Amino acid sequence: MKVLLAMSGGVDSSAAAVILAQQGHDVVGVTMRLWGGESDTGCCSVSDVDDARRVAQQIGIDHLVFNFSDDFNERVVSPYVDAHVHGITPNPCIECNRHLKFDRLIRRGRELGFDAVATGHHARIVEHDGRRRVARGADEAKDQSYVVHMLANDDLDYVLFPVGDMQKSQVRELASQTHLRTADKPDSQDVCFIGTTIGRGGFLGTRMEFHEAPVVDTNGAPVGRVDAVELVTLGQRRGLGLGGGDKRYVVDVSVDERRVVVGSESDLLCTTTTVDTLVWPHTDDAVRLDGTVVLVQGSAHGARAAALIEVDGGSATLTWERPQRRISPGQTVVFYDRDDTVVLGGGIVTPVR
Amino acid sequence: MPGSSVARWVYLDHAASTNMHPAAVEAMSHYLAEGHANPSGSHRMSRDSRKVIDEARDIVASIIGCKPGEIIFTSGGTEGANAAVLGAVRRHGGRAVCSAAEHHAVLHCVEHVGGTVVAVTAGGTIDTDELERVLADDPDVSVVSVMAVNNEVGSITDLAAVSRIVRARAPRAVLHTDAVQAACWLDLSHLWPHVDVLTLSAHKFGGPKGVGIMVQREGTVLEPLILGGGQERDRRSGTHNTAGIVGAAVALAVNNNDRPETVRRLAELRRRLVDGITSAVPCATETLRESVAGVAHLCFEGLESESLLFLLDEQGVCVSAASACASGAMEPSHVLAAMGVPRSRMMGSIRFSLGHDTTGEDIDRAVDVTVAAARRLAASAS
Repeated sequence: MKVLLAMSGGVDSSAAAVILAQQGHDVVGVTMRLWGGESDTGCCSVSDVDDARRVAQQIGIDHLVFNFSDDFNERVVSPYVDAHVHGITPNPCIECNRHLKFDRLIRRGRELGFDAVATGHHARIVEHDGRRRVARGADEAKDQSYVVHMLANDDLDYVLFPVGDMQKSQVRELASQTHLRTADKPDSQDVCFIGTTIGRGGFLGTRMEFHEAPVVDTNGAPVGRVDAVELVTLGQRRGLGLGGGDKRYVVDVSVDERRVVVGSESDLLCTTTTVDTLVWPHTDDAVRLDGTVVLVQGSAHGARAAALIEVDGGSATLTWERPQRRISPGQTVVFYDRDDTVVLGGGIVTPVR
Repeated sequence: MPGSSVARWVYLDHAASTNMHPAAVEAMSHYLAEGHANPSGSHRMSRDSRKVIDEARDIVASIIGCKPGEIIFTSGGTEGANAAVLGAVRRHGGRAVCSAAEHHAVLHCVEHVGGTVVAVTAGGTIDTDELERVLADDPDVSVVSVMAVNNEVGSITDLAAVSRIVRARAPRAVLHTDAVQAACWLDLSHLWPHVDVLTLSAHKFGGPKGVGIMVQREGTVLEPLILGGGQERDRRSGTHNTAGIVGAAVALAVNNNDRPETVRRLAELRRRLVDGITSAVPCATETLRESVAGVAHLCFEGLESESLLFLLDEQGVCVSAASACASGAMEPSHVLAAMGVPRSRMMGSIRFSLGHDTTGEDIDRAVDVTVAAARRLAASAS
């Protein structure tokens, strides 16, 4: 097969290149240049491109760079800033996968005559009930099915995850045996376009206006202040100017009213959650899933909780089996089967109006 | 190995770097093997090395029509541009001015010193009316840098007209021309009378990489960029690259000798290439009809350069699109943007650049491959 492999310059995609080449595929590695901004620490810095290119050279495959920075800015960075203006906490890595890796890159791959697009994600694509679906990677601790959950329809036949069956330690060992310079490279942690030195506040601070806000308790009594209500998230405990005392959590944030409410952990609990921007691996999954109980994951490596899902057109209501901590608006939730293995769909938590 | 299935390579990226003239390779080989003595030394072996450099200097001077003492050998076009722009500002103070279509070697220097960038016309050359206004508004301009031939679209600047404006409006300014892309196509001795500094890069005219020629008019003073042993009359220190300088001079001589015939032949091939593609691909347009013989710039409206480049590369046709950044990613062209080319055309632009060994077969193959690639991409885009 002719395979177009997304190479970030990290160890997972490096190992994926080795595996695909060993399998006899005609592999072309591509590094997507996504961010031309001031952060050079992220996933598309020049040194990462150097790493990807050198790995490709060592394996004997072609390596290219595609400049997708226009789309990245328009579909990932700008919406990320806009969301914060409205007090919503989005997941830019998911939007990048949705719009860049699993949209633009796939379109590019098809257009250029590739038989498949591959990435180094720790996820698998399996047959489940006679259909292809994304499943959790073999290495539970490194599983990335949550961030690639949006793969659907034809794309499930087009995408490959060569390291999805492997443990991370095996990935590193393969890279090391092949003498790849990325073998010991640390995993990327943060949002790629935000430099570690400036942080989220520093990045957003030059792109939007922050507003001070009082912190009040659930009775409305003032207990503290924050400098930037836009940076406060549900469940947050630090940076609220509260001093000592009982454990208190942010239980409500209103950017419009410039107000942060803190309360006890129990004030954070909810019985239902509304989600929109739904994605289904197959178009009739909405109907199939409606009225059933699914396991829901609300963050990249978060715990799962069972909920009854009721679909109503473009949105769905999750009724939790047990009360759950509220999930911040803008966060992605992914639905898994009762075995907690296979992705059945996903959506984004709707802001409360 | 990647690309092993390619039946035939067609190299149409000569403006990025052209293959060396065999005579230059031969001349260099000798001095790589035996010309190790430092030309600045005093013993006989050094004197021999010094002699070949002086001979090379004479050859270059005769082609450009300048004095041998006005030739400075450098490491390439970028060094020359830096030395001219930064050297003038550091020596004389004042403002640097250049056109918006300059190569980054000039543009980034001018921007670095807070200079003024003058708009270009739709034809890809400096807007002389605006240049005149800029110079009239600022009495303290130390350097004006205007390229002779644009590297992306092949537009040719009327340096005589630019020179008249600069001499009238900014008589003290140093007028530099980046002639890197002119060497193969224009008679350099016709450019030199209009400017104070002219810079060249050897690998663009069949010489080696890492060698440049800077012609600095007697009486024009620049602060040297590189200090050290005082070579090149203190204007550019560093041990002479004997073999490289010989290779550059031989290549320039071959180039100068063959140029009238090469230009005539390649102008015809260029036309055949452009007509062959534009007649078969509806979304393809020729960016500039008036350009040097070696550059054919085409825009494929609605298509993406990266995809075109990939499909051409897959078939062994090597071309370029705009310029690549440090990561190797294609950047949107600042030249096309300055010319006012709409974005939908700009994003699908390709530069085919022909060279002294380009054949009719190369052109026909490039046409076939490009037409097939553009049709395929147009079909999948619709």
